[in-house]
Amino acid sequence: MASTMLSLASTTPSASLSTQEILKGKARLGSGRVGTLLNKEKGNPFIKAKSFGRISMTAAVNVSRFEGVAMAPPDPILGVSEAFRADTDVKKLNLGVGAYRTEELQPYVLDVVKKAENLMLERGENKEYLAIEGLAAFNKATAELLFGADNPVIKQQRVATVQGLSGTGSLRLAAAFIERYFPGAQVLISSPTWGNHKNIFNDARVPWSEYRYYDPKTVGLDFEGMISDIKAAPDGSFVLLHGCAHNPTGIDPTPEQWEKICDVIQEKNHIPFFDVAYQGFASGSLDADASSVRLFAARGMELFIAQSYSKNLGLYAERIGAINVVCSSADAAARVKSQLKRIARPMYSNPPVHGARIVANVVGDPALFNEWKAEMEMMAGRIKNVRQKLFDSLSAKDKSGKDWSFILKQIGMFSFTGLNKTQSENMTNKWHVYLTKDGRISLAGLSLAKCEYLADAIIDSYHNVS
Amino acid sequence: MDSSSVFANIVRAPEDAILGVTVAYNKDSSPDKLNLGVGAYRTEEGKPLVLKVVRRAEQMLVNDNSRVKEYLPIVGLADFNKLSAKLIFGADSPAIQENRVTTVQCLSGTGSLRVGAEFLARHYHQLTIYIPNPTWGNHTKIFGLAGLSVKAYRYYDPATRGLDFQGLLEDLGAAPSGSIVLLHACAHNPTGVDPTIEQWEQIRQLMRSKGLLPFFDSAYQGFASGNLDADAGSVRMFVADGGECLAAQSYAKNMGLYGERVGALSIVCKTADVASRVESQLKLVIRPMYSNPPIHGASIVATILKDRDMYNEWTVELKAMADRIISMRQQLFDSLSARGTPGDWSHIIKQIGMFTFTGLNTKQVAFMTKEYHIYMTSDGRISMAGLSSRTVPHLTEAIHAAVTRAG
Repeated sequence: MASTMLSLASTTPSASLSTQEILKGKARLGSGRVGTLLNKEKGNPFIKAKSFGRISMTAAVNVSRFEGVAMAPPDPILGVSEAFRADTDVKKLNLGVGAYRTEELQPYVLDVVKKAENLMLERGENKEYLAIEGLAAFNKATAELLFGADNPVIKQQRVATVQGLSGTGSLRLAAAFIERYFPGAQVLISSPTWGNHKNIFNDARVPWSEYRYYDPKTVGLDFEGMISDIKAAPDGSFVLLHGCAHNPTGIDPTPEQWEKICDVIQEKNHIPFFDVAYQGFASGSLDADASSVRLFAARGMELFIAQSYSKNLGLYAERIGAINVVCSSADAAARVKSQLKRIARPMYSNPPVHGARIVANVVGDPALFNEWKAEMEMMAGRIKNVRQKLFDSLSAKDKSGKDWSFILKQIGMFSFTGLNKTQSENMTNKWHVYLTKDGRISLAGLSLAKCEYLADAIIDSYHNVS
Repeated sequence: MDSSSVFANIVRAPEDAILGVTVAYNKDSSPDKLNLGVGAYRTEEGKPLVLKVVRRAEQMLVNDNSRVKEYLPIVGLADFNKLSAKLIFGADSPAIQENRVTTVQCLSGTGSLRVGAEFLARHYHQLTIYIPNPTWGNHTKIFGLAGLSVKAYRYYDPATRGLDFQGLLEDLGAAPSGSIVLLHACAHNPTGVDPTIEQWEQIRQLMRSKGLLPFFDSAYQGFASGNLDADAGSVRMFVADGGECLAAQSYAKNMGLYGERVGALSIVCKTADVASRVESQLKLVIRPMYSNPPIHGASIVATILKDRDMYNEWTVELKAMADRIISMRQQLFDSLSARGTPGDWSHIIKQIGMFTFTGLNTKQVAFMTKEYHIYMTSDGRISMAGLSSRTVPHLTEAIHAAVTRAG
């Protein structure tokens, strides 16, 4: 009834009037100008609802249902780049997120990737849904890349491979699988490890604990601590291992140490779980960087491996990776694969096709594959050169006699400088060098030209700040 | 030997019910086989279609040497998000102008629903979601795994092969205040039965009066009627009353980007401040799931939506797809009428979108698969997009035989 819905002719916003008050006639009625009043009132939710000339008597819910939602803190890694972008200082240097940069500090799209994309466009392939497990050609190529095409695990069809959303997505599928089929089992993760590992296991509701890894005294591997903690964990735990180029430290076990790690994992019936985000990117050789994984597979163990093509093929934003589960039989692999699919379907149904096709095309074509290997050697080579230059600059400038050789011993995109939180903040606040608070720098974001500046910043932060 | 396997107790999961239809179809060697299972558009020649405007956009992207493949932000491509919000809510939507909408790029419809559900499970006070009976098979699993408890509201009336509106109102009326309600924005899957505008208005009033939270699944905008605005009418009606809602959008069908996995989740909030806080929490859901979304499909969408000519080209191609489907409906109806197949088949032309809920039972469906090599889901749902003028006669024969001889 329009007569009951008159709003004030005065300036009081009618949104502050309750239904009751309006109905009780608290509104001052304009005389005979109901229609105009109704049209002029903007704040009244009753009048806003245009429905066939009637006013709907909806309850005015003025408070959000999400009022209690707190502002989440920015992501510690991705947030660094956001802060960097906001900085206007010309000397600023982004050593935060691990994305490869050229010497000119520009992002890099591999030539083979451009070639593959052009080929794909020429072929005019369709955009039909992939199977839940992803592109078959990609799954085949990725498993062969990891183990070697002649590896018994491949020949015996003992690997369940499911395309995943890069490393993160593949880890998440595995974590969800562990939660469902190994209830109560915990994952042992290195201290430190990539910041997102804990989030993945937390959200998947998989309990985790840490094994000692980084030794700040040597800026190297605390091998005894690592072995001891793996031994102390309940039998049948999952042990998260970085296949190569440990993130964030850059410190990898030696081949002899890998053998011993494998021994103790076998003794304890633990299940190895590799995160392989840098195959080919660490040493420049795809095979060398897969040696830790292949060692474990050769022992006849069952294991999980998450792969990512973000760095080694520069496909960061395409989100392409895979989860591989090596099982003791082809039948087990088939069953495991079917259950991984059941986890993927209610998460995103099936994975994105574009990145998968790029990988399949590059790996499947011998000429492109060789070109890729060359580009990967180039990227890994640049990082090694930058490490050398940084080491040289630090050694030349630092008169304290501190041993900076860990820069050369560490491998991959990242270096753990040994700087603590306050020192890292000094790097940013005083020197406009952006890094994560754990003192991790991405060498992929460093140019030869900036090494001296960075050396100055590190020396200052290390010696003058505590 | 599996005695030493840690996976010894893991059983083989059955094939996904919907996708399993295509698996079975592929195994069939009959030349007459017809796949009316999964909802992917097919041309009159029975082929998948990549829209011309999509190809053009892709060519532009590949030719652009300034493009890089750096990680997108956790919430995805900014342009894509803004344009997607405008597409569904309307370019002049006050909610958008008031910055009350947070839109995040997700993996198509499924990913958008999952991220939205995970957010609600963590931050909303009423953890029950009501879904229509029937609904897309994957809905229950998505919401269940996200941590919501799933209940059904009456929707489809087998007697009329239409909407059980009374049942719907009763069930939503009985839902606890604040419950979440899943609504198919248009072209209900699997039934093809949509509420009328008047019915939508009643649903809206009821839901607002009970403080029920709408969660729209919009997988067919523009694909149902051929008109993008009309197909967003239900969503816009709810947003217009100033209330809050969630909307999951998919570009799988309307832009034919199925395998690229492009979609968006929007949450319309009371205030800009709330929207900003909600967005920050959505990022915490996404980061441990897949870190950030894939760039390719979203770039194609953004390229098309932001260019006047390409946008118009898209609407024309979109309408052509919708029109072909509407024409298939008419042809099938006419064919069954001409054949004299017993029963009222008018629901075929009353229902809307890619799917028709035929009303055939599981025995009849199995019969049609076995005797006529027609593949569809066991609930009697057929994808009109998989039909052509050439195959309508075969389907007619199969339905006729099933109705007169089986179940």
